Amino acid sequence: MAPSTPTEFIEKWLAIPKRLSRQTLDRLAKKWMGFQTVAVGMLVPLIALALLLRAQPILTVRPLGELLFGTTWHPIKQAFGFYPFIMGTLWVTITSMIIAVPPSLMVAIYLAEYAPQRVRALIKPLIDLLAGIPSVVYGVWGVLTVVPLIRNYVAPTIDRWLSFVPLFQSDNPTGYSVLAGGVVLAVMVFPIIIAVAEEVIHAVPRDLREASLAMGATRWQTMKYVTLRKAVAGVIAAIGLGFSRAFGETMAVMMVVGNVPKVPSSILDSAYPLTALIANNYGEMMSVPLYDAALLGAALFLMVVVLIFNIASRLTLVRLVQHS
Amino acid sequence: MKWSKVEEKIFVAIMICSTVVVLSSLALILGTVIWRGLPALNLAMLIQTPKGGYYLGKEGGILNAILGSLFLAGGATALALAISLPIALYLHFYAERSWHGEVVRLALDVLWGIPSIVYGAFAFTLMLWLGLRASLLGGIIALSLLELPIMTRGMDEAINMVHPLLKEASYSLGATRLETALKIVVRQSIPGLLTAVLLAFGRGIGDAASVLFTAGFTDHLPTSLFEPAASLPLAIFFQLSTPFPAVQDRAYASALVLTGIVLTLSLISRRLAGRLTEHVIR
Amino acid sequence: MLSDRKSDMSEPHIRMNDLNVWYGSYHILRHITADIPAQGITAIIGPSGCGKTTLLKSINRLLDEMEGTRVQGQIWLDGMNIYDNGVDVTEVRTRVGFLAPKPSPLPMSIYDNVAYGPRIHQHDHNSRGSKNQDLDRIVELNLRAAGLWEEVKDRLRSSASQLSTGQQQRLCLARALAVKPDVLLCDEPTSALDPIAAQKIEAQLRELKKERTIVVVTHMLRQARRMADHVIFLWMGELVEAGPAMQMFAKPRDGRTQAYLDGDIG
Ligand SMILES: Nc1ncnc2c1ncn2[C@@H]1O[C@H](COP(=O)(O)OP(=O)(O)O)[C@@H](O)[C@H]1O
Ligand SMILES: [Mg+2]
Repeated sequence: MAPSTPTEFIEKWLAIPKRLSRQTLDRLAKKWMGFQTVAVGMLVPLIALALLLRAQPILTVRPLGELLFGTTWHPIKQAFGFYPFIMGTLWVTITSMIIAVPPSLMVAIYLAEYAPQRVRALIKPLIDLLAGIPSVVYGVWGVLTVVPLIRNYVAPTIDRWLSFVPLFQSDNPTGYSVLAGGVVLAVMVFPIIIAVAEEVIHAVPRDLREASLAMGATRWQTMKYVTLRKAVAGVIAAIGLGFSRAFGETMAVMMVVGNVPKVPSSILDSAYPLTALIANNYGEMMSVPLYDAALLGAALFLMVVVLIFNIASRLTLVRLVQHS
Repeated sequence: MKWSKVEEKIFVAIMICSTVVVLSSLALILGTVIWRGLPALNLAMLIQTPKGGYYLGKEGGILNAILGSLFLAGGATALALAISLPIALYLHFYAERSWHGEVVRLALDVLWGIPSIVYGAFAFTLMLWLGLRASLLGGIIALSLLELPIMTRGMDEAINMVHPLLKEASYSLGATRLETALKIVVRQSIPGLLTAVLLAFGRGIGDAASVLFTAGFTDHLPTSLFEPAASLPLAIFFQLSTPFPAVQDRAYASALVLTGIVLTLSLISRRLAGRLTEHVIR
Repeated sequence: MLSDRKSDMSEPHIRMNDLNVWYGSYHILRHITADIPAQGITAIIGPSGCGKTTLLKSINRLLDEMEGTRVQGQIWLDGMNIYDNGVDVTEVRTRVGFLAPKPSPLPMSIYDNVAYGPRIHQHDHNSRGSKNQDLDRIVELNLRAAGLWEEVKDRLRSSASQLSTGQQQRLCLARALAVKPDVLLCDEPTSALDPIAAQKIEAQLRELKKERTIVVVTHMLRQARRMADHVIFLWMGELVEAGPAMQMFAKPRDGRTQAYLDGDIG
């Protein structure tokens, strides 16, 4: 009999699953969810494979060494040397880590070991907030605050007092520089390093800290000689995660580093990171032979580096968690 | 005074300074965006699409980008939700304490770390194969990939918080794993699940690098899944790239809008989580 | 007035006066007033959860490290109230050592574990501070005092975590002794050990009591009978009875003590 009222219709419709036994339904669900899970588990190799296929054309005609260490970038003339861009990325990333790591670790130690519960409950959400700010907003902040600061104050000061150090010599007057990118990226990776490092420091067994304190060690001595020694792998993992985040960041960096395709020799020079190269040229890449292959190859390179750092860090953290 | 005490004091001072530096960077960012964005913000900007010559400083607004971003992130969140929840449940009900569950978690953590521009490039490749042009759909695909690990891990953790006894009680009453998952555990972990969804949405709406390739940009409101769609982050970027101060001011205002959306989301999720936990058994 | 207690050996080494401890709003130790005589072994006994660990940790201010604890009252150590403002906590802890129930070797070599204490105090007190051969001597001396020297003398540089649990506990003992504490607090020092390893620890403690004041928390009555010169009986955060071991075990004054000793409660 066909359902005549909406209620009957709904009842009929609801009854359909009931015809399947509950156990069958459970098994079906398991299959379906399992399929999705495996599919997502395969996503990492899938992405790598897809990018590899797209980069294939250039990888077959150009030796890898030439791509990685070639210094000329001129797609129209079919010259695809990534060296300046790789160096740009490295300069900016390393600068950001030098700026970010010490304060991040200090904050992590403070939160894990010193801060009273109330202070921790206040500070942690604020730091999480920092993680939620979109990267383009970081870029805007960089353009409005960091770049002018470097142009008007930092660069002249360095020029006056430290210009004998090669690392600080530059004729770039704009403020759009490795240093600007480093500062912006540093602030972006604060929350990552702090969160992970705090967690691993916190995970060090109480007994161990108590044993040290009970011998008359101060809290800092305990941290320095015992807790950090125990947590060192996890802290390195935290830094690794921060590094890979900084390495792959695009928008904020390209807004403040100047994008001049030259290997930087000073933190006040401009740089042109790989991510910015991809983002700036996606529009025209389909119109020049091998150009798209080169850019997707660059994306693949980024991914591989980030993967290495990420997997190493994550494995370390997983092992630490299992031990504690 | 003893050296160890002096050392202790020095390092505590350094720690507090570092904390102040980190927190003041947050204050500085929010302060800068508000200070430069607020004066430039007006209602007309929020309810108009760009008119001719908008990027030269003429009439118009960023409604296209606001709506585009909501559609992009909304679509991506819905898509990611459809994939995330089953995975999170699978990890807890069918792959409990097994090594492949751990491998999937590791894979998700690794996916979380992949740069958004790589997701953009990958989605772009997919679109080429599928014959799609830059479009709302393309952007949704890219963003959903980006949101997927964030949401799944968040849900995984939320479900982890459910008291194990609840699960056992449900089993002992004869419920299947599926029934326990959907009727007991999902309901119990709704605050956490919602937090994960909002977190992912916030990440999606703020991302620029992945939609750059895939969603394109347009001055029109999105009308179909196969048309290009504007997005707030890109609108900010393009407006800031013009040489006209008036347009740059609009970029600051747009940045304020985006920051406002993201922070509101995060506040809401915090509130919701707090309120909804009242009915959760721990 | 209490200033030169130390010279007078018949006076108590530690004197607790109306000691109260709260965890949050939970009043866990109530009005404890007790003396711990100099030298000898004082056993703190009582059912688990009655506050023995808490009492022990209050004596070297390890309670300070736990958030949410509040301490009221005084503990006099050689005439100094360790809860006075301005007391140097690290100094108190250097004088009052602590041995935890579960061995917790620091993540370093056997040698470095024992040398840990002397090294961290090196900067502060040049008298305690030591050159390398001094350090070698200190390490050997304390490993001997803990009865571990013969077993580890050939592998001082290997990691402490490779030792057996019993050896680890004796290493922790050596480590605690290396800062020359006047008082040694032991919280169920054998509870994680097998009987043979437990015996070794007990033997070392009996040896050590000749020069030090030792306080042992235990919930094993037999152990208390074997070791204790003095006994303090705690019951639900209150001190029920304290006195010489002989008298306590033979003729307890309080009915609760009797019941506990008979195995009726706890
Ligand atoms: N950090 C703490 N916070 C709250 N309560 C605690 C804490 N540590 C111990 N307690 C409680 O204080 C009581 C006494 O603990 P403890 O001194 O460890 O007893 P004992 O060593 O005699 O077994 C117990 O009931 C325990 O649950
Ligand atoms: Mg105890």
